[in-house]
Amino acid sequence: MGAGMNRTWLLWLPLAVVAFIGGLAIYGLVVPKDDMVHSAMVGRKLPEFALPPATVGVAGLSNRDLADGKPRLLNIFASWCIPCKAEAPYLEALKKSGAEIDAIAIRDKPEDVAAFLAEFGNPFRRIGSDNEMAVQLKLGSSGVPETYVIGGDGTILYQHIGDIRAEHVPMLLEKLREAQ
Amino acid sequence: MMWRLLLLASVLLLAAVPQESMAQGSGPTPELANRQLTNPAQEKAATQVMHALRCIQCQGQSIADSDAPMAATMRAEVRQQIADGKKPDAIRQWMIERYGEWVSFEPDMKGSGLLLWAAPLLLLLLGLFMARGLFRRKS
Amino acid sequence: MIAETGLAALWLAAAMALLQLVGGLTLLRGEGKLTPLIKPAALVQGALCVVSFASLMWLFYVTDLSVLLVASNSHIDKPLIFKLAGTWGNHEGSMLLWVSVLSLSGAAIALLEKRIDTRTLNATLAVQAFVALGFFAFLLFSSNPFERLVPAPVEGAGLNPLLQDIGLAFHPPTLYIGYVGLSVAFSFAVAAMLTGQVGPAFARAMRPWVLGAWIFLTVGITAGSYWAYYELGWGGWWFWDPVENASLMPWLAATALLHSVSVLATRNALRAWTIMLALVAFAMSMAGTFLVRSGILTSVHAFAVDPERGSFILALMLMYTSLAFLVFATRIGTVKQGEPFQIVSREGGIVANNIFLSVILAIVLIGTLYPLAAETMGDKISVGPPYFNKATAPIALLLMVALLLGPMLRWRRDELKRHKYWLVGFFAISLWTGVAIWRFVPGVGVFPILGLALSLALAIAAWVPLKGRKLLRTPLPVFGMVVAHFGLAVSVFGMAAESGFSRETLTALAPGESAKVADWQVKLDDVRPVVGDNWVAIEGQLIARNGDKKFILRPQSRQFYRPEQQTSEAALLTRWNGQLYAVIAQPDENGDGRWQVRLWWKPFVTFIWFGGLLVALGGAISLLGRMFRRPKKPAVNKWAQA
Repeated sequence: MGAGMNRTWLLWLPLAVVAFIGGLAIYGLVVPKDDMVHSAMVGRKLPEFALPPATVGVAGLSNRDLADGKPRLLNIFASWCIPCKAEAPYLEALKKSGAEIDAIAIRDKPEDVAAFLAEFGNPFRRIGSDNEMAVQLKLGSSGVPETYVIGGDGTILYQHIGDIRAEHVPMLLEKLREAQ
Repeated sequence: MMWRLLLLASVLLLAAVPQESMAQGSGPTPELANRQLTNPAQEKAATQVMHALRCIQCQGQSIADSDAPMAATMRAEVRQQIADGKKPDAIRQWMIERYGEWVSFEPDMKGSGLLLWAAPLLLLLLGLFMARGLFRRKS
Repeated sequence: MIAETGLAALWLAAAMALLQLVGGLTLLRGEGKLTPLIKPAALVQGALCVVSFASLMWLFYVTDLSVLLVASNSHIDKPLIFKLAGTWGNHEGSMLLWVSVLSLSGAAIALLEKRIDTRTLNATLAVQAFVALGFFAFLLFSSNPFERLVPAPVEGAGLNPLLQDIGLAFHPPTLYIGYVGLSVAFSFAVAAMLTGQVGPAFARAMRPWVLGAWIFLTVGITAGSYWAYYELGWGGWWFWDPVENASLMPWLAATALLHSVSVLATRNALRAWTIMLALVAFAMSMAGTFLVRSGILTSVHAFAVDPERGSFILALMLMYTSLAFLVFATRIGTVKQGEPFQIVSREGGIVANNIFLSVILAIVLIGTLYPLAAETMGDKISVGPPYFNKATAPIALLLMVALLLGPMLRWRRDELKRHKYWLVGFFAISLWTGVAIWRFVPGVGVFPILGLALSLALAIAAWVPLKGRKLLRTPLPVFGMVVAHFGLAVSVFGMAAESGFSRETLTALAPGESAKVADWQVKLDDVRPVVGDNWVAIEGQLIARNGDKKFILRPQSRQFYRPEQQTSEAALLTRWNGQLYAVIAQPDENGDGRWQVRLWWKPFVTFIWFGGLLVALGGAISLLGRMFRRPKKPAVNKWAQA
């Protein structure tokens, strides 16, 4: 890289690169990082699955149960997951407001699920057991808890990642209304 | 001596029923998560796919290098699909359909990924361009 | 009292740095009144930093718990070596170490450097002080290591037990010392641009610092790679993780710089290149630190994330690098073109080296930042090992081809036909190796084949520069070069062998059952519990047989509490021709009393790190040669015969 007149623009290239990287770094620091892995299945039909009941006295869950013409919520939870305990009252509130909720329990044992339901209530219509996380994988779900809004025809309309808090309840009800 | 035996017994208990049950639940690991395919060529193809897929539950590891339960499930899925005769690229696409481009460690050679793949060649050309003034012709 | 002394010394050292900077600014408009003060100020600054660092070390030695840093990072019951290592095993202490080494380097330059003119020397010290000032400000305003804690606790919190590892105690300072060396090169480069003295004298003054920094970085990366290999338990030795990339990039820049600075010192060519690389190397070392601390990129090794401090380092990095590149853009035009050379010449070879290394560096940088750039567009993508391997391997192989020939070429101009026998020989060795592997070992990838072929040729080519020399009269730097290039061949051989010929067996075994991997028959003999300080583990006893030889391996699966974490402690069996790598996992939930066992046979994998150490050793030999051969005072045109 000599000092040839025709190539003076090259001399400014490093400065431009620094400015670009600096801009990127500032963006990275300022804009909060979205660590969530969103499902790419939103907008598509539910995958086919049929799960056995998660504990005695509840019904298992298949994709056909979720496509019965009525929009509903699909909650992914586990008895060993602490945020799932925190969101239990809001699921209860959603149910009281008329939402129908199905659930999938991840890597859980029947007795643990039963104890969880006894302690935190059971707002669910059906609970399938996904021991190997196979259905979770098909749904593009990355953890517990997550809540999906499912249209009456079995289309995944929305994915909520993390526990449901008070402010999410009206939002989820709104999504369900839109799905009508 | 007695307390030592007790200690060992409790350790065995602790270890055998890992605290995993608190953090990640417990369930059977899918058969193919940690079993190789019997056909070496298929296993090799599966290993390559696994190294190119990002674990959903951990920080920046591939599913081949992770102990997370979800990584195990994904490994089993990859091996199953390979065993079913699916092409590696189709499996990658299957994962991308579920988790988006993020799940693949290898961006596609299209759109913004094109620039990434063209970079080595472009950079080499830039280097040669910058260096050309240094050389003197043979006189 | 000791803490206050340390803090006062730090403030005074900062004042000295300020004095040097002001002196340097007056220098820009000819000799100022303050100019004569620059050298003494540099010496005093160095001394004050020693006092400050020694104070902190003393506080850790006596475990003075009234100091916040000691209380939160040490414990009265810790072994002495970890108490002392605790001094720099935390953010504040490591920054103090950094700035202390930086100041000591400044003092060493002020005391010892006789090769460059006074003006450039003073300017160098002023730039050095400018860099130091930023870190002083960082320490004093946002990371004060001497802060008191009221009331003082009784015990101290202790260091994260996972980090209580002798390797980890010395790994970060190794990299930091490397970074400091690069900052010295940076100061030389900026000063030489400002005074217009970009020539062989400047290059000779800068070279030992670059070499020293490069040795430390080489050792640091080699050790870091081995650590990841045995600690992460998946048999990989390089994951292209952002934190690993952050340490690789300064090394790549330093390697390129090391070569081009030699050309400038010997042949007075590649002036602008050398300056440019010096700036890039320093920028990369700061960018590396920033990436590690800021947490803006997702990494496996996220130990030390702190966005606020990350922003401080970012501000410093942007300030120094943009100022330096501004000077570059405006001043480098005044630097005259260096001596000309033909494309087939030693210089030509080194230009090839510089281009290939810079391209690899740029690929790593682009790949590392790409996900962040995509995020600004709303895309979430990942760039990982498959990309980095495919994009960098061809360039690295080109680099090796250049390396086969480069060192045996004459300076300025040469003819390829002078070396035709060597060329044909290397080509024949590579071709024969490549075809043999391709023909007789099915399923080996193209990069491992080429890597093996070229590394064998390079293992011979590396020694050619010694041909026809009287060994006792050969300068040490030539030996250094030979050893380093041979080390590279060894390392590449290891990488290619490992990636092309590793064998893996994943299985579940009940005690008494066996599995096979490569030529090894491995039996799970027994599984038993083990208790550690803050963990419990299951330990498998594996009996590995190869022929009539029998070995025992004991991998563990550890369960830590506080913080709750599960780790695999791999067991390694090292043979001359590879390693047997065994991992045991928690019992299989499928519930038939079997244990997950992962086995790898990794042929010649240890060559990767032995090679790395050889490369560093070559650097050390070269550095010795540079330090103990007092060069005659360089006359203006002497370089021509060097």
